[in-house]
Amino acid sequence: MTDMTATAGNRPGIDALRMTKYKSPTARGRLPALITFLPPALLLFTLFVILPMGEAAWYSLYRWNGYGTPTEFVGTRNFQVLFNNAAFSTALINNGLIIVISILLQIPLAIWLAVMLSRRIAGVVAFRMVFFLPYVLADVAAGLIWRFVYDGDYGLFAAIAGFFGVATPYVLADRDLAIYAVLAVIIWKYFGFHMMLFIAGLQALDKSVMEAAEIDGATGWQRFRYVTLPLLGSTVRLSVFFAIIGSLQLFDLIMPLTGGGPSNSTQTMVTFLYTYGVTRMQVGLGSAVGVVLFVICVTIAFGYKRIFMRHD
Amino acid sequence: MTYHDKTAPRAGVRLMTLAATTTLAGFFCIHPATAAQTVVRWLHVETSPAYLKTWEDVAQKYEAQHPDVDIQLQFLENEAFKAKLPTLLQSDAAPDFFYSWGGGVLRQQSETGALMDLTEAMKAYNGAWEKSYKPAAVEGLTYDGKVFAVPYRMGTVSFFYNKALFQKAGVKAEDIKTWDDFLGAVKALKAAGITPIAGGGGEKWPLHFYWSYLVMRTGGQQVFEAAKNREGEGFLDPAVIKAGEHLAELGKLQPFQNGYLGANWPQTLGTFGDGRAAIILGFENTESNQRNNAGDVKGLASDNIGRFPFPAVEGGAGKATDTLGGLNGWAVTKKASPAAVDFLRFLTSPDTERQLAAAGMIIPAALGAEDSLKNPLMRESADQLAASTWHQNFFDQDLGPSVGRVVNDVSVEILSGQMSAKEGAQAIQDAIELE
Repeated sequence: MTDMTATAGNRPGIDALRMTKYKSPTARGRLPALITFLPPALLLFTLFVILPMGEAAWYSLYRWNGYGTPTEFVGTRNFQVLFNNAAFSTALINNGLIIVISILLQIPLAIWLAVMLSRRIAGVVAFRMVFFLPYVLADVAAGLIWRFVYDGDYGLFAAIAGFFGVATPYVLADRDLAIYAVLAVIIWKYFGFHMMLFIAGLQALDKSVMEAAEIDGATGWQRFRYVTLPLLGSTVRLSVFFAIIGSLQLFDLIMPLTGGGPSNSTQTMVTFLYTYGVTRMQVGLGSAVGVVLFVICVTIAFGYKRIFMRHD
Repeated sequence: MTYHDKTAPRAGVRLMTLAATTTLAGFFCIHPATAAQTVVRWLHVETSPAYLKTWEDVAQKYEAQHPDVDIQLQFLENEAFKAKLPTLLQSDAAPDFFYSWGGGVLRQQSETGALMDLTEAMKAYNGAWEKSYKPAAVEGLTYDGKVFAVPYRMGTVSFFYNKALFQKAGVKAEDIKTWDDFLGAVKALKAAGITPIAGGGGEKWPLHFYWSYLVMRTGGQQVFEAAKNREGEGFLDPAVIKAGEHLAELGKLQPFQNGYLGANWPQTLGTFGDGRAAIILGFENTESNQRNNAGDVKGLASDNIGRFPFPAVEGGAGKATDTLGGLNGWAVTKKASPAAVDFLRFLTSPDTERQLAAAGMIIPAALGAEDSLKNPLMRESADQLAASTWHQNFFDQDLGPSVGRVVNDVSVEILSGQMSAKEGAQAIQDAIELE
């Protein structure tokens, strides 16, 4: 108690700020603004976010093919089916794998390129653009392009294999390889985005710190390890956050590439939802996937923000 | 599955066609409509420009005879069509009629009351309308004694082969009478260094034909229908498991082209059309399909392609004359105008169907219209169909969307050795019990 009051006493500025924040919307004439501007946003949010979520949760308790209104209540059966489904487990593992690969490969690659490209060298803008280009491309287009690249009959892979005189690998048709082929495309597609984040982060750094380190005789690696990286911390945490959310939402890149196959080996949660829920007209099961996905997303989003991004 | 719709040229070209047809559909919508016109909205999944052209001609012909009717073609991409239909049918934007593959999906739709019951119209005037179609076609679109779609086309799945490659391997198609003969032919082709079969494992349904036919040949009509209606042992019937074992035997020979597990249907047709595989199990219009999808867009010459029915299985209860294939119709929605029904009657009349058959587009559902089929391979398919002792709709359509897709999955898994015949049968049975 004493501690708290002491702290509060020591920070009169913050205290005052809090007071004004909570006390005075009306006093300052904000109420009319509130009444005018809040309802439209609130209405849209309710209509397009809250309501569909509630509906999904409701549908997930029924067996329903999308016609009429759901009548056949099945309790938690959709969830039981889901968690016993091998393809859903694969989808969960794949989502995890994408996150791990993003953190271990994609983000270090992005940091490395960002450090190089944040210097003032000739042609740096061109390089930045080239690396950022894949991100600008629509996901479906990128998927189709890579399907051609991987094609074992007419694709780039076939040509390369033919040049070296080895048998063409059909990577997208191989249960063990397909997911790695997809991961490669994911890294290619999104590293540019993370790189841009880091370049922005690097440009915001205080140059004098770096100069000080240089004067102190720190080597290039030491400067990176002990100065740049810690100062980039908040950007790294943001980047990881985007990688996680991106992985959970991954859908349109995979559909043209493999459609989740072969044998469901490249399924993610969202492609699973589409394949098993939408195309099989099992809206109940699909909604159950949606609910699980929602819970995972919310838990991660809030948990991550609380634990890692508290100070950012 | 829109089997025949998955046959447009290579992906790039296919996208362009798609864009073009969408634009075309767009044009049709802004078609100036004079007052007091009845608008008939026709929803389809067709991407082939040649087919669309013919349809538009038919529509224009009808409009010329009925100036008060305006027919609008509306296109939705196949998968989008299936995903959107449940919502669309329950909205005010529902089309007057739409393409249907019959089977379990149409049954589901009919049960919701979203569709118009056509029985009365068909039976009127002593059943004049109904009698203009082959009885099997009407029967296949009838549920609980009510007709829910206007028959449009029929089809058969059978084997097509490359005559030159067969000769090179010393295989004679006439001698393939049983499944063992077929496996022998596959071995002979392999021994001659030829890829025996083009298979589309990426989209899965092209391979479910093998399991379907084997179930039909091994178990026969009774076993399949009992399984479908959840009677007896269902899909765990020994004959069904036996059929899966026959399929696994084929899979063990590794008969397909490299990378078949990733190949979609157009690529598969291309593999056959390029002469890179000797056999394909395909639709009645395989000849034109392989041409469109071949690397040189010419494909195999007509006289280089032969055809033979799916062989019998020794000791099986099914007959070699039983056929598997499509039955397509136009389902009419509840609020459709009388003009829409009248136009459908025009579209599927023997005259119009004869015109479509002459263009090599369809095996007609209209009675007597198949005389005008000129293409000899289509003709053979039509003859086989006419002599069919049991015509079964595609399993993945007949069993409905959820069980049907499991059948597709299982067929690929058994062929590629990931699942035993027993596990496969169990998976399908589980799916049907969850329905």
